[in-house]
Amino acid sequence: MIIKETDFGTPKSEATQMVTLEIDGHSITVPEGTSIMRAAMELGTKIPKLCATDSLNSFGSCRLCLVEIEGRKGTPASCTTPVAAGIKVKTQSDRLGNLRKGVMELYISDHPLDCLTCAANGDCELQDMAGAVGLRDVRYGYDGDNHVSAKREGVGENFRFKEKDESNPYFTFDPAKCIVCSRCVRACEEVQGTFALTIDGRGFASHVSAGMDEGFMASECVSCGACVQACPTATLTEKSVIKKGQPEHSVVTTCAYCGVGCSFKAEMKGDDVIRMVPYKDGGANEGHSCVKGRFAWGYATHKDRVTKPMIRTRITDPWKEVGWEEAIAHAAGGFKSIQRKYGRGSIGGITSSRCTNEEVYVVQKMIRSAFQNNNVDTCARVCHSPTGYGLSKTFGTSAGTQNFKSVEKADVILIIGANPTDGHPVFASRMKKRIRAGAKLIVADPRKTDSVRSPHIEASFHLPLRPGTNVAIVNALSHVILTEGLENKAFIAERCDTVEFSRWTNFIRDPKNSPEALEAETGVSAEDVRGAARLFATGGNGAIYYGLGVTEHSQGSTMVMGMANLAMLTGNIGREGVGVNPLRGQNNVQGACDMGSFPHELPGYRHISDNVVRDLFNKVWNTTLDSEPGLRIPNMLSAAVDGTFKGIFIQGEDIAQSDPNTNHVTAALEAMEMVVVQDLFLNETAAFAHVFFPGTSFLEKDGTFTNAERRINRVRQVKAPMQGKHEWQVVAELAQAMGYDMKYNNAAEIMDEIALVTPTFAGVSFKKIEEMGSVQWPCNEKAPNGTPMMHVDGFVRGKGRFMITEYVPTPERANRDFPLILTTGRILSQYNVGAQTRRTENSSWHPEDVLEIHPHDAELRGIADGDMVSLTSRIGGTTLRALITERMPQGVIYTTFHHPVTGANVITTEYSDWATNCPEYKVTAVQVRPSNQPSEWQKDWETREEENKRVAAE
Amino acid sequence: MESKDMVRMANQIATFFKSYGAEEGTKEIATHINNFWEPRMRSHFFDFVAKGNTGFDPLVLAAVSMIRKPADHATQQGDLPKHGEES
Repeated sequence: MIIKETDFGTPKSEATQMVTLEIDGHSITVPEGTSIMRAAMELGTKIPKLCATDSLNSFGSCRLCLVEIEGRKGTPASCTTPVAAGIKVKTQSDRLGNLRKGVMELYISDHPLDCLTCAANGDCELQDMAGAVGLRDVRYGYDGDNHVSAKREGVGENFRFKEKDESNPYFTFDPAKCIVCSRCVRACEEVQGTFALTIDGRGFASHVSAGMDEGFMASECVSCGACVQACPTATLTEKSVIKKGQPEHSVVTTCAYCGVGCSFKAEMKGDDVIRMVPYKDGGANEGHSCVKGRFAWGYATHKDRVTKPMIRTRITDPWKEVGWEEAIAHAAGGFKSIQRKYGRGSIGGITSSRCTNEEVYVVQKMIRSAFQNNNVDTCARVCHSPTGYGLSKTFGTSAGTQNFKSVEKADVILIIGANPTDGHPVFASRMKKRIRAGAKLIVADPRKTDSVRSPHIEASFHLPLRPGTNVAIVNALSHVILTEGLENKAFIAERCDTVEFSRWTNFIRDPKNSPEALEAETGVSAEDVRGAARLFATGGNGAIYYGLGVTEHSQGSTMVMGMANLAMLTGNIGREGVGVNPLRGQNNVQGACDMGSFPHELPGYRHISDNVVRDLFNKVWNTTLDSEPGLRIPNMLSAAVDGTFKGIFIQGEDIAQSDPNTNHVTAALEAMEMVVVQDLFLNETAAFAHVFFPGTSFLEKDGTFTNAERRINRVRQVKAPMQGKHEWQVVAELAQAMGYDMKYNNAAEIMDEIALVTPTFAGVSFKKIEEMGSVQWPCNEKAPNGTPMMHVDGFVRGKGRFMITEYVPTPERANRDFPLILTTGRILSQYNVGAQTRRTENSSWHPEDVLEIHPHDAELRGIADGDMVSLTSRIGGTTLRALITERMPQGVIYTTFHHPVTGANVITTEYSDWATNCPEYKVTAVQVRPSNQPSEWQKDWETREEENKRVAAE
Repeated sequence: MESKDMVRMANQIATFFKSYGAEEGTKEIATHINNFWEPRMRSHFFDFVAKGNTGFDPLVLAAVSMIRKPADHATQQGDLPKHGEES
């Protein structure tokens, strides 16, 4: 069955005042401001409509939804007419019927009559309405002025006719089928906030125009799919539907891209995905999507997918395909012989933020119980580990404080080191909607990102700080607020530890933290910093959103604490519209951390040295846990180079591409005797592996992902695993082969065990999620339905703790040899190492990584736009194409790491966050020069790509 | 791990906790290292301290007595998981 959410026609009214009216003789009570159309739908009465849908504000253009109201003149449109107390509405009469039929007749007189062969056949609101109003003939005929046919009899070339636009790789735009209802234009504006579409021309000449009538691909369109979803006809249709026809059943599941964790309906034919449609009842996205989740899922069936286990003795040997049993035995044998030779601590593993909670949980359990050490870490090490450390020090728990919906109540939004329009697009759309409605925006970022200025969005303050000076900026903000007496004294007195606060006060008041004193260091005008501080402190609800531009620094953890200080200082914690909100990178990075993936803590963030906690796990897991913390990823790699770490199990993470100082990573991998990779593709890391376990895509998984809001969403299996086994099954079998008894019948059983051992998950089960749609942890006896907002009446740690956050410049500084600072990030169409998105049409937008450089820095070096340039740091060098742009400040350059050949991480250094070892990706001193050949590393990469990924013929 | 990296990491920790004064600062440094440094990192640390010429921040050296000495475990030949060789 296809899941279809009810369309109420117009958005829900948030009013609390209720109004009672009568519709067709039935009484109904709805919130004030509700449209008559919506009120009728709540009664189950579908008033005919074309231009209305409840994701968009009412518009009143199609004139189909007319009604009669007793005592009022005319026939008002029910979508634009709000309810009023005591009115009596009629939704059907002869007069209304005739009016509607007349309107439909006009629409159909300018619409092709190819319903049988039309891609929207079976999913067309125009067709439905023609049926609903009882249209039987069209008196005007079809030969008059129209947009339908290329040639008209007796006229010749029809100047109104426009060819179908097929430029977008995922959907087509057929102007001949357009009824100019403006739903696409409004979706682009209201839902997505890109304003790429408009209605051009007037009267009968009105038509939808992408950009300056230049076609979708050439326009500003970001391919989020909101217009396609809003279109009531076949005008905007997914190419997959055109090719394969309408889906016949759907399953609600969760996107496997970023940490927003959007809910989608996988619309299927058999086990073939026809399209992914954002689910309106999804808590994180409420019906919106981006180009990745909506369209870029084709990688799941890409020809590069490996579906058979493979082994080899040396990494230069070709891969040999084998059965599961042999592959698992080979891996277990290797690990066991390493442990015999080098001890129990000589092996370890990495869990994946792309896998489900259940899959992650079993991997860390295998490492702690079967390997019997704590050498387990996860990709969060290299992204949000400082968030965990910083927030738990100050607030007592390491996760974000709000749900995404909270942004609707924010008055001042402070974005630091995040680029939500590219990295977290669906959240960005919600945020932009709030900004268009009047919220103020402060952006602290070296680059002039789209958030700083884009259509109908403009930051009140852009603080273009030098990479590495975050802590200086956040201290300066707090300094201004405190010295100008703008702090929230009542909140601090009631909610925070006052002894710590007075200690912190002495520190932050020091003139060295003033914006004037730090101006030379940060490069940001003191006046702007003061302005931003005053706005944040006095502008109403202040909400902080941040990304890896905060965490991936030598002072990442310090910065997280600095932001927590700022939030407490201004009383912006514990209610809607405020908070400290990490925008998490990967789909399940929150979950991977929750599941005990860090070497020092068990599921639920409890330290491994805690005897009581260890006893509990020893009992449930039937094991004896080591009480010492294990190695973190960078420590594992160092230990490998030192010769004490010899084997690793890597679940869905590509450290050879994503981790810093690539040469060091690959040297470590080469030093190991048993590298096991579980992944969809032979990724960069697999070039150094001895065993390859084929993994499952999100469409084949059964389990849960936890997004940045702590929201546990179900990932439902829509098709059978292509390689025949669930990933958790493979892991359990490997544990068995290592001599530890681990067995589960299904993913729900694993979640039950997680709930048993983790107090914050005590109330979580698949059944609970089924009932509620999703649930936000903590979910237990105290909060049986989960916790959308944290720290409401008090902090998890009791009193909030202000931490002293001294600014310390990173040792990585620009110098004569390396005068520029390189910072890294991502773009909208690609995701992380690109393993998924590069295997989709998303590469049409971003076929290669480019180096963004300011015109002045380029000019100085004789670099023209589009030139190949060599990029070198003290660590290594690579070659890529330059893009000259004033988005960059002078002295700072930027690139992404979506394509392996770029080798962006060949450049990045060994420096890391003081508390968590999270690498300092965001600051590398570099030089750029024109170049005409690939770097040495790139030449080696080409060879390895060829050699190390060979599979032997059968 | 290269010794210079280990020294840098220890000093980075000291730099943060320095703000809390000598007494509290040293305690925090020790706790941090005990909580997050795997035994072989701590062994490396102690070996290096024992050599004398270190480059450590004085606060790190002040914390040495509170840092847990790792038992020689886990990286020794024959130190195996307790669930035994074969199942």
